[in-house]
Amino acid sequence: MATQNSRSAARLMLAPAVILLLGWMLVPLTMTLWFSFRKYLPLRGGDQGWVGFDNYVRFVSSSSFWPSVQTTLIIVGGVLVITVVFGILLALLLDQPMWGQGIVRILVIAPFFVMPTVSALVWKNIFMDPVNGLFAHLWKFFGATPIEWLSQASVQSIIMIVSWQWLPFATLILLTAVQSLDGEQLEASEMDGAKPLQRFGYIILPHLARAITIVVLIQTIFLLSIFAEIFVTTGGAFGTKTLSYLIFQRVLESQNIGLGSAGGIYAVILANIVAIFLMRIVGKNLDA
Amino acid sequence: MGSISLKQVTKSFGPVDVIKPIDLEIEDGEFVVFVGPSGCGKSTLLRLIAGLEDVTSGHIEIDGNDATTIPPAKRGLAMVFQSYALYPHMSVRKNIAFPLKMAKVDQAEIDRKVDDAARVLNLSDYIDRRPGQLSGGQRQRVAIGRAIVREPAAFLFDEPLSNLDAALRGNMRLEISELHQTLKTTMIYVTHDQVEAMTMADKIVVLRDGIIEQVGSPIELYKNPRNLFVAEFIGSPKMNIIKGAAAEALGAPTIGVRPEHIEVSKTKPKADGAWKGTVGVSEHLGSDTFLHMDAEGVGTINVRADGEIELRHGDTAWLSPQVSKIHRFDAAGMAA
Amino acid sequence: MARAITNERKIINTVAAWGIGLLIFFPILWTILTSFKTEAQAINDPPLFLFFDWTLENYAVVQERSNYGRFLWNSIFIAGGSTLLGVIIAIPAAWSMAFVPSKRTKDILLWMLSTKMLPAVGVLYPIYLLFIQFGLLDSILGLTIVLMLINLPIMVWMLYTYFREIPGEILEAARMDGATLRSEILYVLTPMAIPGIASTLLLNFILAWNEAFWTLNLTAAQAAPLTAFIASYSSPEGLFYAKLSAASTMAILPILILGWFSQKQLVRGLTFGAVK
Repeated sequence: MATQNSRSAARLMLAPAVILLLGWMLVPLTMTLWFSFRKYLPLRGGDQGWVGFDNYVRFVSSSSFWPSVQTTLIIVGGVLVITVVFGILLALLLDQPMWGQGIVRILVIAPFFVMPTVSALVWKNIFMDPVNGLFAHLWKFFGATPIEWLSQASVQSIIMIVSWQWLPFATLILLTAVQSLDGEQLEASEMDGAKPLQRFGYIILPHLARAITIVVLIQTIFLLSIFAEIFVTTGGAFGTKTLSYLIFQRVLESQNIGLGSAGGIYAVILANIVAIFLMRIVGKNLDA
Repeated sequence: MGSISLKQVTKSFGPVDVIKPIDLEIEDGEFVVFVGPSGCGKSTLLRLIAGLEDVTSGHIEIDGNDATTIPPAKRGLAMVFQSYALYPHMSVRKNIAFPLKMAKVDQAEIDRKVDDAARVLNLSDYIDRRPGQLSGGQRQRVAIGRAIVREPAAFLFDEPLSNLDAALRGNMRLEISELHQTLKTTMIYVTHDQVEAMTMADKIVVLRDGIIEQVGSPIELYKNPRNLFVAEFIGSPKMNIIKGAAAEALGAPTIGVRPEHIEVSKTKPKADGAWKGTVGVSEHLGSDTFLHMDAEGVGTINVRADGEIELRHGDTAWLSPQVSKIHRFDAAGMAA
Repeated sequence: MARAITNERKIINTVAAWGIGLLIFFPILWTILTSFKTEAQAINDPPLFLFFDWTLENYAVVQERSNYGRFLWNSIFIAGGSTLLGVIIAIPAAWSMAFVPSKRTKDILLWMLSTKMLPAVGVLYPIYLLFIQFGLLDSILGLTIVLMLINLPIMVWMLYTYFREIPGEILEAARMDGATLRSEILYVLTPMAIPGIASTLLLNFILAWNEAFWTLNLTAAQAAPLTAFIASYSSPEGLFYAKLSAASTMAILPILILGWFSQKQLVRGLTFGAVK
């Protein structure tokens, strides 16, 4: 519904954003693709020429590859499950009548504003340190041996830290969705004899579907690339090496650009698979 | 000045032809109403004239100049939208002043014109309010005020009264008619309500499926509908359409009789040709009585009778159509 | 709708919600408290809650060790600059998609969002090379551009959902009133969308403020923002909990306060208009 004039104006105004993003995507990606086919060690001889698919084969056959994919999926999946489940429960609780609802909401939303480097450092040292951490004190108080969180339960610890950061986001979106639920629908279902659990299953949960989709989409985008939380806490040790982190190490620590770039291409492919999958769902959900 | 002519104008959205080739002349100072059922293309036609949509083919001329490719801002037309489309973040004064500001008129001149318009439209008391604080009728007046100050070649109204309640609609109808008499500017008015069309128009354009069915003054359309569609669309209550033997008896495959052109009597009239019927529902309005009758061999007939007629559900009565006022249609539905 | 809610119910709700709220907030509260302790008190067993000798010494030490003000300014410049630059590019784009949609609009939107899923590490080295090439390494300008680009899809998306709620007729009215495209966007659309634009600005400011991949990898001494300031505490050196806490408090407090003041707009923004 528009004229030729406004359509060409629209194209013109869309152009900067599209061109910038296209450039941002294509230029570095092309370079990465180029490097991935070369033996390139900046500190040890520089660019030593074309090696075909060597880097790709080496990257996949490295013993760290599959564990890193697994770790990535476990961390992303774990955080998603925790934040969605607790987010729903917390949203339902916060929707109940109570005193000081506004203040509770402020308390709950706070972790979202904490930068990842800070939250990782605070959790690592002040809470999870096996000697002086608050958890260690707590364990000792109950006569237990303090856990060495970041080495004995490293992946779980990282999931916990990241979940703490993202729980507010999930809770807030789900709370908004819960609040928009038509009260009459619930009353009608009550009249129809639905018990609380049935009301949750048949009315509330379907109503939240859209909100849950949004939470999963946005969080996945950010979780696939978590970096600071691992960089600061374990540095990738103790089985916490995600695919991103593995590539980071290849590029920066071992200064093997070719190998790292091949890994980067794998990561792009993985991200695309996830993206296509998510976009399908979201695209559908956004029509409504 | 504000004469507008459409020459072979068409509009398609993808494969759908919303406007089939249309030719139309609108004289300067005329009040033209586009009327038709929803989806007939009347709003699209207005938006084509406004320049908010491109024509697919054909030409639009304003005051003799080809305006087909001129953007809406430069056509010198003003439009009043169905939703009023007021700027919610501006006061009434700023809303009305906006087109002048866009035209870079100097501030003293803007103030004078806005005050004039506000006075004419009884908006002076609300001039510093935001649209959100106004009633529907007041918003409508602001929208009109915004159109007036531009001194446009023509005003375009897109179903401007459809969001108002019935009483207010009647008032606004009068106000717009009065405005037209004062300004003597061309007005093009889109509505699906034939009462608005009949009461306000100098010229009515009846549209259906992107085609002009008939153009004429309200009385012409009422008296001489060109076809069945126009006959049924214009006039309230609707014209009775009769087919079959009862129609053949009066000399056409299909005939139409308006409810006000049927006489009702409780006893069988002497003259032939009266239909015997049973009263289904009678609506007593005081001034008139609307009878919904089931006539033997004819079908359902609506009659507009005297206000004090005493007929109730189940009563029998005789109906005599005024022969001179019967409309006859051929098999294709065209007036014979 | 209204139904009597027993006080008992309300008390239980209140206690439960406050309990959980405080639990979630506790790490931040504890960090702030620790920042006022001495190093010895910070690791005291049992932990000291409120009864310790409050001191500001840690803040002085942190400030002396690294110039907080400089990092703070870098953060403000980078987050603010990338957000403003982004919104200038995003508003026209969102206008196009919201008011002149075409068959490809949705594909473009989804594609934009998908660029956010590209793993940053995959392009770290090329970006690094490009930055060296253009002399952008460790510069505020460079980081501003990168953060603008990574947040641009979210900005466009958010503004798009806000704009779509504005009736197109109002913009058409402006066009009929003789407004040019520029006036239409500047005087009609933008003022009407102020709440949406504000929450877009806020959310992206926060995202840029907290971004911790590019800010860590593309800066050194000159352009390092607060994320890097705090990362310099990642290798322990003796007793440092109180100092770490002070530095952490300094890094998160500005955004925490900003976030609390604007949480209403934020919540709307965060839901991408998809949840009402």
